[in-house]
Amino acid sequence: MRFGVVRFPGTCDEVDAYLAASRVGEAEILWHADADLKGVDAVIVPGGFSYGDHLRVGAIARFAPVMVEVDRFARNGGLVLGICNGFQVLCEAGLLPGALLPNTSLRFTCRQVDLEVVNASTSWTNATAVGDTLSIPAKHNTGRYYAPDPVLDEMEANGQVVLKYAAGHNFNGSVRDIAGVSNKAGNVVGLMPHPEHAVDALTGSADGLKLFASAVAVPA
Amino acid sequence: MSKHRDLGLTDFEYDLIVEKMGREPNEVELAVFSLMWSEHCGYKHSRPLLKTLPTEGPRLVMGPGENAGAVDVGNGLSCAFKVESHNHPSAVEPFQGAATGVGGILRDIFAIGARPIAILDSLRFGEVAESARSRYLLEHAVAGIGHYGNSIGIATVGGEIYFEGPYEQNCLVNAMAVGLIQTDELIKSAAAGVGNVVVLFGARTGRDGIGGASVLASAELDTDMEKRPTVQIGDPFEEKKLLECSLELLDRKLLVALQDLGAAGLTSSSAEMAAKGEVGLDLHVRRVPLREQDMEAFEIMISESQERMLCVVEPDRVQEVLAVCAKWEVNATAIGEVTDTRRLRVFDGDELVGDLPVEALVDECPTYELEPAEPATPLYPAPPRVLESEDPGEILLGLLGSANLASRKGVFEQYDALVGSRTVRRPEQADAAVLLLPDPANGDKLTALSPSKDDDGPKPAIAMSIDGNGRRVAADPYRGAVEAVLECSANLACVGAEPLGLTNCLNFGNPEKPHIAWQFSRAIAGLGDACRAFGIPVVGGNVSLYNEGGEGPIYPTPVVGLVGELPDARKSGRLGFQTAGDVIAIVAADSWAPSNAASELSKLRGEAVEGPLPHVELGELKALHAAIRQAVRSGSLSSAHDVAEGGVAVALAESALAGGLGATVSALDDLFGEGPGAFVVSGPAEAMTPFGAAARVIGEVGGDVLSIEGALSVPLVDLDRAFTRGLSDLLE
Repeated sequence: MRFGVVRFPGTCDEVDAYLAASRVGEAEILWHADADLKGVDAVIVPGGFSYGDHLRVGAIARFAPVMVEVDRFARNGGLVLGICNGFQVLCEAGLLPGALLPNTSLRFTCRQVDLEVVNASTSWTNATAVGDTLSIPAKHNTGRYYAPDPVLDEMEANGQVVLKYAAGHNFNGSVRDIAGVSNKAGNVVGLMPHPEHAVDALTGSADGLKLFASAVAVPA
Repeated sequence: MSKHRDLGLTDFEYDLIVEKMGREPNEVELAVFSLMWSEHCGYKHSRPLLKTLPTEGPRLVMGPGENAGAVDVGNGLSCAFKVESHNHPSAVEPFQGAATGVGGILRDIFAIGARPIAILDSLRFGEVAESARSRYLLEHAVAGIGHYGNSIGIATVGGEIYFEGPYEQNCLVNAMAVGLIQTDELIKSAAAGVGNVVVLFGARTGRDGIGGASVLASAELDTDMEKRPTVQIGDPFEEKKLLECSLELLDRKLLVALQDLGAAGLTSSSAEMAAKGEVGLDLHVRRVPLREQDMEAFEIMISESQERMLCVVEPDRVQEVLAVCAKWEVNATAIGEVTDTRRLRVFDGDELVGDLPVEALVDECPTYELEPAEPATPLYPAPPRVLESEDPGEILLGLLGSANLASRKGVFEQYDALVGSRTVRRPEQADAAVLLLPDPANGDKLTALSPSKDDDGPKPAIAMSIDGNGRRVAADPYRGAVEAVLECSANLACVGAEPLGLTNCLNFGNPEKPHIAWQFSRAIAGLGDACRAFGIPVVGGNVSLYNEGGEGPIYPTPVVGLVGELPDARKSGRLGFQTAGDVIAIVAADSWAPSNAASELSKLRGEAVEGPLPHVELGELKALHAAIRQAVRSGSLSSAHDVAEGGVAVALAESALAGGLGATVSALDDLFGEGPGAFVVSGPAEAMTPFGAAARVIGEVGGDVLSIEGALSVPLVDLDRAFTRGLSDLLE
């Protein structure tokens, strides 16, 4: 499987995402100004501070030429993973429901957190089991997931709440402890914690690798 | 005629400028001279002493004089690093001061072509429990460091903070950056090639930071608010683009020379490039992209606007350079040429507005011999007494809960310590940060500096630490400075790393005063002796003088940053106890003689800040550090932690808290005394054998209480509460 990793000006985690993806497949960088996905099988929109987070997190990146193609790809069932800033971008682009608000602490926080798998049948979690605990670092200023209650109820009914913070790990104040969500079809997933930084026990945990391995396991 | 005095030049210096110029300097020329001959750029009170520091070593690749130093870390790679101060700007505007301190030191790293991978910082503030101003400075400086480092995507992996009364008016913000580069791709800053083009790229030039080097960094602070316009504003997004753009320009071999714009802006960067290349430069200030259109020529020359770089390019590569800059959405403009005149000539349109001799600017700044004199009476008042108890358990809780020793979690969690996915030891996991070195097998450019994704085999890594306890230097400048080197080396030993090179930031008061000159010269003698004894070269650094105001000088604070290597990160040492049943030992030098002088306990008890500090046998300590390092590398120890502030009792408590395991320890001669030369280690009994007589088994890991026979028995939950809340409660 070939993963494409989007690079905007201000993206910080693209090399880590590229390396994580290349542990389970091949990877290449997709430049923000090129409306071209180079025929990849899955797209990762990585973390960082695209366009300096100017205006509002993710608000400028969604208009990048490459995002036109990511949008088309996602709506045609292509596998898309948004991590941290990438999650924010996918929400801004309307590919995922809800929005990310500033942490309740109003502070940037970098912390290893435990996530609980709620839906193990999305394209990015099918190598896990419901109830699994994944140890993955989170690091952000604007990671408090929010959607109105009726939307949340519908998302839960649809299995769109994919990952939750384990008890005591929801440091950002996300509604219903939500750490990661999907679209209805389950091909597009976004999460605030960083699975690409959790691919080697030596640097803290290898649990994040399961998300990349999940994409590989999706039948072509 | 006193304009030169307003700019910080003495009458003697002004006369010397007139002599070198052969005439009176005009406004532009005087502005340029005042900056280049400031303490910050010209090192006029420190250069003779700095020359006494050892700068040679077998692994040295680039020593003092370039933007950053570098050491060989194997496989054709070098590690570049440097520490620099941004004290005065941070005292005036802590968020931007600290943020641009990080931005500035990062530019020094990528100016030599290296990719920055880590940031550490060393902070000093007044008594945070007493002073609302110190809490404000701490909060905003930490936020500024986080804002810049997080946004640019470089891991902040370590640092230290102390709170002491003498920093109340003059806080210290020292930032260290570490980068990696293929050694054969290091680039120097010497301009070369007459007829080559000088290209300025990065942010537009505005009026921010005008005169920062001379006004802020080279004189005592007094009327803070009037100086606010001299503080620069940072934009990490602009610097992120500048970083990627600079590295791509270098990767494509498009540049002859590269230099960042830091203190004194275009003035010092161009003058230094010309001086090193033994050439001249013609600069056209009207070609510089401006943020404000009505700027004077001298303002453009001395603006300290951030996120700018200057490079020298062969004429037929200029279009390619501009194209790479355009790709990264970075402004780039050809603003001048390399000449053979050995003069820095400044043109405003067709008019020559400045014509300056390069050697005089850069190399002929007068230096002053210091006139050191040991003060007859104490320079610093005794701190207020805040701990009355004589009960060892209560003392331990008091120490762990004191602002200087309490957990830094509330601070370091505001920093991304993980970007790059190479951080093996994060803050509070070990005495030093450990970062994986790249995998030489990573062929492609994108991942050339990234760690291996192969899970087998040894994982070479580097370790880094930054330290410097000003109170101990105040008590005994020579031994205090020696201890700063020893502390960093001990930290590295605890993760299994061997020191390769050292950078320092020398923060002192006004060196024109004899007692400050005495502190400064004694401290540098200590640094030099410790480095020589340990065989560690000084690869570069920074001097920050005039850190004093109406309330007196800061504690003399030489901050030491040390980088070392370890052959296999899988064996990196840990601070916390790991396994119940492990034995605990003190591994100490024969000469270890902890005392209460200038210790944390002495501070809490309100005792005078005075020495002497314990004598150390440097040769013996070098061997001790090597023994700890070898034991950690062998993987036989479960934990290793050096005995530092708060003595053996605090070291035991820290290992217990980090591992979540208690300990039962036999009676100890000295609980809270301080002095270099001891470690607390744990592991199976046989792991202590290689230390021979240096190891003394004192107890066993286990349970949920720390008990020391005849002295104290405190549940871990109580220790944890004191440790966790000591600082964070002050921040809420």
